[in-house]
Amino acid sequence: MAEITLSQLAHSYQAQPSGEADYAIRRMDHVWEEGGAYALLGPSGCGKSTLLNIISGLLAPSSGEVLFNGRRVNELPPEERNIAQVFQFPVVYDTMTVYDNLAFPLRNVKTPEETVRQRVMEVADSLDLVAQLDRKARNLTADEKQKVSMGRGLVRDDVTAILFDEPLTVIDPQLKFKLRRKLKEIHQRFAVTMIYVTHDQLEASTFADRIAVMYDGQIVQFGTPQELFERPTHTFVGYFIGSPGMNFMSMALQGEGADGEEGDELVADGQSLVLSQAWQQAVRKALAQTDNVKLGIRPEFVELAVEMVDEEGDDRVEAFLTMVVEHSQDLGTYAIFTLQRDDLRLKARVEEGHPLPFDVAPGTEVRVRFPAQRFGLYVDEYRWEVEA
Amino acid sequence: MRYALALCRGMDSTAGWTNAYMSLSLEAVSRVVANETHLDQISLTLDPGSFNVLLGRTLAGKTSLMRLMAGLDRPSSGRILMSGEDVTERGVRQRNVSMVYQQFINYPHQTVFDNIASPLKIARVPRDEIQARVHEVAKLLHIEHLLERMPLELSGGQQQRTAMARALVKDADLVLFDEPLVNLDYKLREEFREELGTLFASRDCIAVYATTEPAEALALGGHTAILHEGRLIQYGPTPEVYRQPMSLTAAEMFSEPPINVLDGYIRGREVTFDEDVHFPLDEALSALAEGHYRFGVRPSHLALERQAVDDLVLDVQVDLAEISGSETFLHVHNDKVSLVAHLAGVHSFAVDQQVSLYFPVHGLYAFDDSGATVHAPDASPSAGSRGGK
Amino acid sequence: MNKVRNNRAWWLILPMLALVAFSAIIPLMTVVNYSVQDVFDPHTRFFTGTEWFVQMLNDPSLQAALLRQFGFSLTILAIEVPLGIGIALLMPKRGWQASAVLILVTLPLLIPWNVVGSIWQIFTRGDIGLMGWSLREVGYAYNITSSPLDAWLTIVLMDVWHWTSLIALLCYSGLRAIPEAYYQAARIDRASRWAIFRYIQLPKLTNVLVIGVLLRFMHSFMIYAEPFVLTGGGPGNSTTFLSQSLAVMATAQFDVGPAAAFSLIYFLIILLVCWVFYTLIMNMQKDRVPGGDHG
Repeated sequence: MAEITLSQLAHSYQAQPSGEADYAIRRMDHVWEEGGAYALLGPSGCGKSTLLNIISGLLAPSSGEVLFNGRRVNELPPEERNIAQVFQFPVVYDTMTVYDNLAFPLRNVKTPEETVRQRVMEVADSLDLVAQLDRKARNLTADEKQKVSMGRGLVRDDVTAILFDEPLTVIDPQLKFKLRRKLKEIHQRFAVTMIYVTHDQLEASTFADRIAVMYDGQIVQFGTPQELFERPTHTFVGYFIGSPGMNFMSMALQGEGADGEEGDELVADGQSLVLSQAWQQAVRKALAQTDNVKLGIRPEFVELAVEMVDEEGDDRVEAFLTMVVEHSQDLGTYAIFTLQRDDLRLKARVEEGHPLPFDVAPGTEVRVRFPAQRFGLYVDEYRWEVEA
Repeated sequence: MRYALALCRGMDSTAGWTNAYMSLSLEAVSRVVANETHLDQISLTLDPGSFNVLLGRTLAGKTSLMRLMAGLDRPSSGRILMSGEDVTERGVRQRNVSMVYQQFINYPHQTVFDNIASPLKIARVPRDEIQARVHEVAKLLHIEHLLERMPLELSGGQQQRTAMARALVKDADLVLFDEPLVNLDYKLREEFREELGTLFASRDCIAVYATTEPAEALALGGHTAILHEGRLIQYGPTPEVYRQPMSLTAAEMFSEPPINVLDGYIRGREVTFDEDVHFPLDEALSALAEGHYRFGVRPSHLALERQAVDDLVLDVQVDLAEISGSETFLHVHNDKVSLVAHLAGVHSFAVDQQVSLYFPVHGLYAFDDSGATVHAPDASPSAGSRGGK
Repeated sequence: MNKVRNNRAWWLILPMLALVAFSAIIPLMTVVNYSVQDVFDPHTRFFTGTEWFVQMLNDPSLQAALLRQFGFSLTILAIEVPLGIGIALLMPKRGWQASAVLILVTLPLLIPWNVVGSIWQIFTRGDIGLMGWSLREVGYAYNITSSPLDAWLTIVLMDVWHWTSLIALLCYSGLRAIPEAYYQAARIDRASRWAIFRYIQLPKLTNVLVIGVLLRFMHSFMIYAEPFVLTGGGPGNSTTFLSQSLAVMATAQFDVGPAAAFSLIYFLIILLVCWVFYTLIMNMQKDRVPGGDHG
């Protein structure tokens, strides 16, 4: 087992990269701690598989270092890095039995047959493969094959980390759950570092203690599932995590100031928004630096009320607006309302028990409130902390 | 809306047989292939302009049914009517239907424009009109900027948009979608689900959409038909089918995660689960006779904390906590049952951790031994509307 | 799934049926017809039943030719298959080198059989042939017209030169079809070069090799033009293979009846060997555990 450090790592598939856009991995530093269960989450084409192949040594990075326990391994081929990898499509040795498949990595280094037997039986037992041990690998189902390829990593006691590259892609939906549970169990039992690449938020957050969200060749946030949901540090995380993703409102200054030069009214997508002193200052400060300033709030935290109440004195509420329901989606246990007012569109999640019915008529006017502690300020796509 | 109508009329001259306001009826339709019953006595009427979801697991008969509707296969028995006219023996080329598949099927050597225009070219629509209609549809599907590109240069989502545009451009009477989103990332699925609803709101054709996912059926809205082992279990407006399943099977099929089922007895004035959980018969359940029932608990009704004094409690062991964005699906079991709780928020649990789950009596479904629903909880779409809208 | 109940579609296979009848069934039936008759002249023929078949099976010269034939086919397979695999493994996978090597390897396949025979006939001559001359220069008394061994080896060498490319090309395409992930997994499992070949490449090549071996077996069993041109079947009968015996019988001696009977026996032998071989290989892929066959 080992701690895996990526230091000043960058990679381009072009020999002579001419700019940022040519890089599949932009310059990054990252540490995967020993024994952790990690996920690398991102949309297709974000560079996550490239990063995985750099760690396993199948790909040499254009620049930067890969360190295992502080030791540089850039020059080591995969077989000397003691890494195991499970691929998207199951890779098994067709003509061998399951037993021989599991024994293969051990026999390759001339392990005594006694030890091989003991390790294989232990791993087969924890993967529920004992009944299949004498079967030819080619005749297994896709999920059994995936377990075999995982098992080949687990039999080795010198393994540094197990890397998973979208391992559940070809598994039947009904069996995915069983395999997810098995993975979790295996991590608890063997306590080996595991890095799981996926584009699926459910798979990532179910498996991993900490998730690295990748976007456009960079890790934009590394945190627990809860942190990704509650405090996304990048607008992409806000969008990508959660269904539907976070609402973002573009902030701008409008109207004429006293000197006739600068507007002094804060607007969100054209709607004037009354903010507290601290938030106003933060937004104005950000707008002085760049035009790209957004306020973000998750649909789960947008509060809706039917009738007007006096929000002015409510210091729990940061801002409020009157909006119109454009349409609602009744999703059974909750509903998603799309709210609209001129150019501003927001989504709000309404739970069972809310005064508004799930099949609310389009055109209904509602009072929208934004709780202070749920607001996020995003400047050039990254989060700024605001002391309320 | 006006434009779509105009297109439908425009097709009259070219496609020969079309009807701007078509309804589709299946009358006791069966399909048997090599002694295997794929579809069993299905009767169903789809209203003009309706959006219909076929919900069912793999091999439930969704694709078989769609192929009958399209005219790709003939039923072994029964009749298919379009606007009251018997079309059972009419082939796909005489029915004015279009279909979108799981795989992104486009002509690889033609541009996106030519791909979308292909059904119109076959129908010999004048070039000016092709231009206008392709651009119109491409705009609706947000691929107007990609018209000159080749399909294989596009992302999966864009390829599927192209396939959908081709299906929509010819203004078919019937548009069939066979699990079109399974091969896309979940973020793209989310976008499509929302768009499809609005896309069809302004059309007169009947849309039929097959899916295995209850969440997708809910998001798409419209009407839902639940298929199970070749039989039609229930058909109605989607939220209604969800809240008032007519049978345990319907409840199981239309619930993700699956509805929890507990064995129980009503004896005297008491309900007993698991031999050791007892509670007095509540007002709603009091109409039920004594005997054995299966009680359904929605995963979202299971909570980690007591919500009300009369909540029932089960002590269970954690199998796995699945986390998706803001939600946690907690899989648990005790020595008698396996349950799933759908919890709001992100919660972490260790495998095999002991927890207690609480659920309200008023949220229970009851099914008799034949599996028929004998009691469903308050069916209003939101608890709030109980107090009057 | 996609069944259309239009039975008129059957008419569409009519041209194919006519073609097959013309190219295979009618000639075959002619042969069957001849094999049970004794033909003296176009107007005189007798029905002989199985007589020709019995006679042919007991003919010592044909038995010897059959043995030689098996010896030859097995020898060239034993050389060409491993050699072909070896060449395929060494062929570059991408770049201009891949195209260049591909063309070079394909070249022998493009040369007609009798031309191959002529080329080698000249190539092996002691006076002007490069190989014949060189061998004599180094002191070996090489002569394919007098030494049966020399003749035999030369024909084997010629066939290997002509046909190894076929195996190599088939294997090359088979190797290209193996996903990169298999090699990556093997590297990660620290597999040796040999283990990669034995457990990844060879199993994935099984299917193309079955085709390759069958093709080469049938081909070599019917070999005619090359030895005919090169050695004329000699010295003695040492390189007279089945097809040549047959040709001599049918055209030179005009023994149409025995030749036809012999053709059918010949045909059945090829069929039998191919079937046995194919069944054996396909059975090897099955699971030996009872009831465990999902594939």
